[in-house]
Amino acid sequence: MNLTAIAAIYRFEMARTFRTLAQSVISPVLSTSLYFIVFGTAIGSRIDQVEGVSYGAFIVPGLIMLTVLTQSISNASFGIYFPKFIGTVYELLSAPASFLEITAGYVLAAATKALAIGLIILGTAFFFVDLQILHPVWMLTFLVLTCLSFSLFGFIIGIWAQNFEQLQLVPLLAVTPLVFLGGAFYSISMLPAGWQAVSLFNPVVYLVSGFRWSFFGTADVALGWSILAICGFLVACLAAIGWIFRTGWRLRP
Amino acid sequence: MPQPILTVDRLEKTYEGGFRALDAVSLDIHAGEILALLGPNGAGKTTLISAICGLVQPTGGKVTVGGHDTVTAYRAARSLIGLVPQEINLEPFEKVINTVRFSRGLFGKPRDDAFLEKILRQLSLWEKRDQPIRSLSGGMKRRVLIAKALSHEPRVLFLDEPSAGVDVELRRDMWEVVRQLKEDGVTIILTTHYIEEAEAMADRIAVINGGRILLVEEKAALMRRMGRKEMRIELREPVARIPAALEDFGLTLDGTGARLTYGYDTRADRTGIVRLLTALQEAGLQVADVETKQSSLEEIFVGLVKEGAEA
Ligand SMILES: Nc1ncnc2c1ncn2[C@@H]1O[C@H](COP(=O)(O)OP(=O)(O)OP(=O)(O)O)[C@@H](O)[C@H]1O
Ligand SMILES: [Mg+2]
Repeated sequence: MNLTAIAAIYRFEMARTFRTLAQSVISPVLSTSLYFIVFGTAIGSRIDQVEGVSYGAFIVPGLIMLTVLTQSISNASFGIYFPKFIGTVYELLSAPASFLEITAGYVLAAATKALAIGLIILGTAFFFVDLQILHPVWMLTFLVLTCLSFSLFGFIIGIWAQNFEQLQLVPLLAVTPLVFLGGAFYSISMLPAGWQAVSLFNPVVYLVSGFRWSFFGTADVALGWSILAICGFLVACLAAIGWIFRTGWRLRP
Repeated sequence: MPQPILTVDRLEKTYEGGFRALDAVSLDIHAGEILALLGPNGAGKTTLISAICGLVQPTGGKVTVGGHDTVTAYRAARSLIGLVPQEINLEPFEKVINTVRFSRGLFGKPRDDAFLEKILRQLSLWEKRDQPIRSLSGGMKRRVLIAKALSHEPRVLFLDEPSAGVDVELRRDMWEVVRQLKEDGVTIILTTHYIEEAEAMADRIAVINGGRILLVEEKAALMRRMGRKEMRIELREPVARIPAALEDFGLTLDGTGARLTYGYDTRADRTGIVRLLTALQEAGLQVADVETKQSSLEEIFVGLVKEGAEA
């Protein structure tokens, strides 16, 4: 195991994050604050309570998930796309490091950044709403697993993408709608029965539901399903990465 | 002959789309030598290096470095290799020192700032260590690439056109660095379009064209074997044209009418020099001076590639 290589990549990526610290933190905090103001205050004054929780508090887990998902994907996909784009990937490919080690370096760095932003937003939320966290350990577990699995997913997108448009495509076309339709801003029990059934095919529903359960103890789907869903996604991403590295897909002509 | 440190055995690369860039390339490289890989644009030099270093998946054949197979024992093999790519691939916003430190870490070597300082000084980059790469000149960037490759103490160094875009003085400095590395026992494979560079540095020359190795030979032997020599004869009195008696020698007369040039092959049984000098005397021409000149590697190379294209 070339741990030094993992550490080198991790450090290098984190240095990039710190170089652009202001924009990496300010923009998600700002946009989430806007969500709080628009959804929490404006709409919340009409909706009042969902499942016994004030609407402003109810949307916090969903908002964190939204940010953490997009951050994980964009950090990790950019992390590996950039070396491909500017050619420095030659060094990764010629290094005595396994694909798993290279992936670990990039994914851990992307997940760290996403996790940090998630926690900052959680902190910000306390300024806007009264918040309780019933199961803090589960909350962190969900958060960490989400950061890791979606950073892996982002890493795959970064390898797949052959131009900047493609890099933006998946987060824009798939992830944002899935999160918005995944119960980030409502409980799926508020939907008509038909749409509830459709929602169950949306993997993000399981994430948001489990995450929200760790805050308020209420869930749209059973906790077991949430855990299973996120672990399943993690394994699927790992398998895909294993395949990519065996075949050299999009990396080694 | 020392044990080869790098063996390339019938290496093949057919790119997606069917283009055959390497055609059964076999090559042994001895520990501690400098091999210059020459060939025109598109000959397959970069592809060969890439296939050895793991940037390109070979479609056939086998490569070992220090006895380790580059596919099945890639860790051991690659940790011996340093690669300076042809293109300047660098992260523009990163500081010089950080990118070099990164390379060392990536190759699994523990941090050693004293060693990195030595390399950066050697490459005249130490003063620039805290600058972002984008603020360096092209030649400096190329030296950063070299520093990155040296940062993990490779035993085999690939230099893919290291002197492209490097000014004359720096090129000499770089040759000095390469010689120093050779003294330290590093094996060096370099590609270049400056034949003068190969002539100045290489122990052996390999010529590749169309994905095939046309020749691998000791530089000195190659030049002896293939060398055509020229003899220039300065005449005391200019002549209007070459006398009829000397027609058989294939002489050329320059504009002033005072210099004759005679080309001959050092491989030939008879060079014809004695016969020519006698004939000159018989024709009544007085010789003021005679000078011979070995043809350069460049001329040999151009001849070889042309020959290959015709065959
Ligand atoms: N990824 C690729 N896909 C398809 N063909 C490629 C690829 N890379 C290189 N080639 C082709 O392989 C051939 C050899 O290219 P290579 O880069 O090895 O040449 P070279 O000898 O390094 O040339 P130069 O002196 O210009 O650097 C060229 O015809 C090139 O077009
Ligand atoms: Mg090349």
